[in-house]
Amino acid sequence: MAAPASMASGRTERPPSSLLNDPKIRGIIYQVVTALVFIALIYFIWTNTLENLRRANIASGFGFLSGRAGFDLGQSLIAFSSDSTYARALYVGFLNTLLVAFTGIITATVLGFIIGIGRLSKNWLIAKLSTAYVEIFRNIPPLLVIFFWYSGVLAVLPGVRESIALPFGSYLNNRGFAFPKPVFAEGFWLVLAALLAAIVLSLVLRRYSLNRRMATGRGVPILWPSIAMIVAFPVIAYVIMGAPLSFDYPVAGTFNLTGGSVVGPEFISLYLALSFYTASFIAEIVRGGIRAVPRGQSEAAEALGLRQGYTTRFVVVPQAMRIIIPPLTSQYLNLTKNSTLAIAIGYADLVSVGGTILNQSGHPIEIVAIWMVVYLSISLLTSLFMNWFNSRMALVER
Amino acid sequence: MAKKIVTALLGAAVLGMGAQAAQADTLSDVKAKGFVQCGVNSSLAGFAAPDAQGNYAGFDVDYCKAIAAAVFGDATKVKYTPTTAKERFPALQSGEVDVLARNTTWTINRDTALGFNFRPVNYYDGQGFMVRKSLNVKSALELSGAAVCVQTGTTTELNLADYFKANNLQYNPVVFEKIEEVNAAYDAGRCDVYTTDQSGLYAIRLTLAAPDDHMVLPEIISKEPLAPAVRQGDDKWFDIVSWVHYALINAEEFGVTQANVEEMKNSPNPDIKRFLGAEADSTIGADLGLDNEWAVNVIKAVGNYGEVFDRNIGAGSPLKIERGLNALWTKGGIQYAPPIR
Ligand SMILES: N[C@@H](CCC(=O)N[C@@H](CS)C(=O)NCC(=O)O)C(=O)O
Repeated sequence: MAAPASMASGRTERPPSSLLNDPKIRGIIYQVVTALVFIALIYFIWTNTLENLRRANIASGFGFLSGRAGFDLGQSLIAFSSDSTYARALYVGFLNTLLVAFTGIITATVLGFIIGIGRLSKNWLIAKLSTAYVEIFRNIPPLLVIFFWYSGVLAVLPGVRESIALPFGSYLNNRGFAFPKPVFAEGFWLVLAALLAAIVLSLVLRRYSLNRRMATGRGVPILWPSIAMIVAFPVIAYVIMGAPLSFDYPVAGTFNLTGGSVVGPEFISLYLALSFYTASFIAEIVRGGIRAVPRGQSEAAEALGLRQGYTTRFVVVPQAMRIIIPPLTSQYLNLTKNSTLAIAIGYADLVSVGGTILNQSGHPIEIVAIWMVVYLSISLLTSLFMNWFNSRMALVER
Repeated sequence: MAKKIVTALLGAAVLGMGAQAAQADTLSDVKAKGFVQCGVNSSLAGFAAPDAQGNYAGFDVDYCKAIAAAVFGDATKVKYTPTTAKERFPALQSGEVDVLARNTTWTINRDTALGFNFRPVNYYDGQGFMVRKSLNVKSALELSGAAVCVQTGTTTELNLADYFKANNLQYNPVVFEKIEEVNAAYDAGRCDVYTTDQSGLYAIRLTLAAPDDHMVLPEIISKEPLAPAVRQGDDKWFDIVSWVHYALINAEEFGVTQANVEEMKNSPNPDIKRFLGAEADSTIGADLGLDNEWAVNVIKAVGNYGEVFDRNIGAGSPLKIERGLNALWTKGGIQYAPPIR
């Protein structure tokens, strides 16, 4: 405490001999100089790049993006053909990246929580299995896990002609998982509307029950009525509209199964590998988060007479979440970035499609710039969302 | 994957930072560093693949050696950069390699927008299809609905799209970056059809688990003139790379071989004497910036075009590819070289 005080007084007493000796002004000057050097460097790289491209007779600019792609893509969530533009091809790749990142994040989170809690289980077998899982998947590079699924599991599945028949007209073979594609007829919207109505009513019911519990100490049952509504409403709508849903079943064609929907082995192996790999880290984060909640908290809850389940749900987990969420965010970012390993097995993600375009059109710098901007944006948006979620989860001090 | 991104970034970095990214004088650079850096296939038997000792060998590799022999009189002064289809162009653009001899099709886009130069076609090829015999397919037109394995970053994937569209056929592309991955996927039955340059199909068929279970369909769906590529803006180097090929062709025409090249210097035929730099006051090499015996060195190193072809991909190799279009123009093919005069 003494040191800053004397420094502060020292500053006021001594008249500045030179502006340069004033630490504050000096600080500003340093920052301005750094900024200028940085800007000059960027400017130099920028102009130099353009100049070198020109000298090497390489075309530059983003105009090529509206050109015809000329190639087809194996996996696409939207309509795409070789007549589509390069820009659309990139968009297809972007959606594929989002798809595998999103599904991977959901699965990794669920799996990670189960295993993380499993490691803390008092059941010896569950705890040991969870530990084994974490130790195995955390210590294998994700690329190997991808190859494990792609070459080790999916590629040894039988060929198309010997497809394994699964229930509901689905098939599994070395070209992926084929299942009946729902075909929606005219009146299907009512079924969706009924489902939505049921969900809204369930939420209203829950709110009502909560309010009543607050007022009278006794709620109304919500679980079973909600389930009943969510099942019954759509079924009734379905019957009223005359069964507006049919299925397009996969059947054997000359080469492949035709009809139905197919999820290729590329997506499946990437999705499984990313989920399994990241889940091992999430499990550790969850375990650490729960461990970090002082024992006194659950003991206090027990002393208050809260049941074990309630203690976990209302006392331990909310406090653990504060610790879990920030590192969870970086796992989500890792998973998204690891999804670029897609290229090893030919899944058409943003990097893989971009690489093809880079090569076919000869615009490396533009494509690399697009990659960087897109991944940076995805990461920043994920962080923003998680920060928002974290602030909602944070303990509200009363 | 990671390597490709690194190459791309490297290319971008070199273009961004290097003050002299587009070396104006590759020959001087090559002489100064003492070897030719040659971009080749990572592994395509017959064209460029490491042999049992780990030394690169093949048709394209011989072109690298021939260029080194022309420049240094020593075919061993060459280093290889294995590239995938995707990696090859940034590698050449950034100056990582001096020349690309990697079954690369000469197209207008590569000749212009990518900033390369092509001239002599060292192999006239065309795209074909390979299938399992058990599918009982006799023509590519029966392939509708098939899953097709293809390497990305090639003219192959573009021709494939065009051919199926033009013929109103459906297909499901299964696209990989590395040739090993395509081969493995096709072998494992992930796809019904393998498509690439026909020469490549013959080479790849031999690496499959059971080569005899597969056949190449008769259709050729594209023109694939494969040619060595260099960067634009360096005519001297472009001339050297071009004339190395023309020397190989002229040698075959003259009947000059690896075995008889020394005696041929004394040939009574003035054309041959001039070609081999044995004329008095010859400037045949000096004009290219090379030794007058450059053609002798090339032929001593790899033989003439016919010998290079036979040894690596023709009758004397496991591939047994026919000369076909690649026979000399005097023998019904279209391999033709300007005179050395
Ligand atoms: N000629 C075509 C295709 C060349 C090509 O890359 N072919 C493949 C398949 S035969 C190859 O050689 N791959 C070898 C490698 O990636 O190492 C082109 O120039 O785009």
